[in-house]
Amino acid sequence: MTLELFRIDDRLVHGQVVVGWGQPCSIGFLVLVDDEVVRSEWEQELYRMGVPPEMDLYFDSVESAARRLPEYRADRRTGMLLTGDIDTMARLVAAAPGIRTVTVGGVHHKPGRLPRSRYVFLTPDEEARLQALAERGVTVVAQDVPQAAATPLDVMLRGEGPT
Amino acid sequence: MTSEKPRAIVAGHGAFAEGILSAVEQIAGRGDCFVAVSNAGLAAGDIESKLRALLDSTGAQVIFTDLLAGSCTIAARRIQRDRPGLVLVTGAALPTILSFACGGDVLKAAEQGRAAIMVVEAKRDA
Repeated sequence: MTLELFRIDDRLVHGQVVVGWGQPCSIGFLVLVDDEVVRSEWEQELYRMGVPPEMDLYFDSVESAARRLPEYRADRRTGMLLTGDIDTMARLVAAAPGIRTVTVGGVHHKPGRLPRSRYVFLTPDEEARLQALAERGVTVVAQDVPQAAATPLDVMLRGEGPT
Repeated sequence: MTSEKPRAIVAGHGAFAEGILSAVEQIAGRGDCFVAVSNAGLAAGDIESKLRALLDSTGAQVIFTDLLAGSCTIAARRIQRDRPGLVLVTGAALPTILSFACGGDVLKAAEQGRAAIMVVEAKRDA
C-alpha cells in the first residue's frame, strides 16, 4: 500500500481519523502537515496521545512534507496525510506534484462560512481554492467516514452533499 | 432527581453524553450531576470554547470523554495546560460515570469502569 488519503480536517487527529478510517482501512501511519504543530513539541504530544501504538504519526511542515512525499509513498503501509485547512493542502499540492485526490473530511462552521454539507462550511475564498485545486486536475470530494459516499466538489458546492 | 450543581462535564461524539446522562438519571436519579456536551458540528476551537465556558459557569473540575483520540479529549487536554486542577477521564462509559455520580471519586470511578468490562461467552454443552 502507500500514502493514499489526503484529508482536510480542522480537527486533525481525532476519532473519525484514528478509528473511523484507521481500523477498517488498516491505516499504518498518519502524516500531520501543519506549520505550527511541527514547531511545537507540546502540540505533537497532544496528538500522539490519541494514536494507538500500532499507528505511526509523523509531523511535517508543508515544505518538509513535499520533500518527504516520495518516502511516504514508498511506505508499504496505508497512510493518511492530514491538513487542518484548505490553504495548507493547496500549498502542498502546489509544492508536491502527483496528489490526485483530496478529501474534505471536516471544515466546520465559523463566521463567514456558508453550509455546504453537514460537516463542510466554506467561505467564498475557500470555495475558490477548492475549485482551483480541481482545475489543476485534482479530484476534490467530501467524505467524513469511509462508509459514506464521496460527494464530488460540484455537488458539494451546490449544497447537495450529506445533511 | 437531585438538584445539586453539576460536578462534571460529560463530552463526546453524537448523543453519547446526553445518552449517558439519561441512563444515570434513570438508574440513580443523579443526571444533573453532569452537563452534557456533544462535539457534533463543532470545530476543534469551538469545542474547547464550549468546555471552557461550562467549566467557568459550573465550577466543575472533572471532564469525562468517550474516546482517547476524540476531539473532546484533545480540547480537554488543551484546557489542562492552563487549568492544572482539571481532571480528565477518557474512555469513560456508563459504569465509570455512574460510580462518580454516586459519590465515588475519580480514581475509584475509573477503576470500577475498567472492572465492569467483561467478555462473556456462553458455555457450550459437552
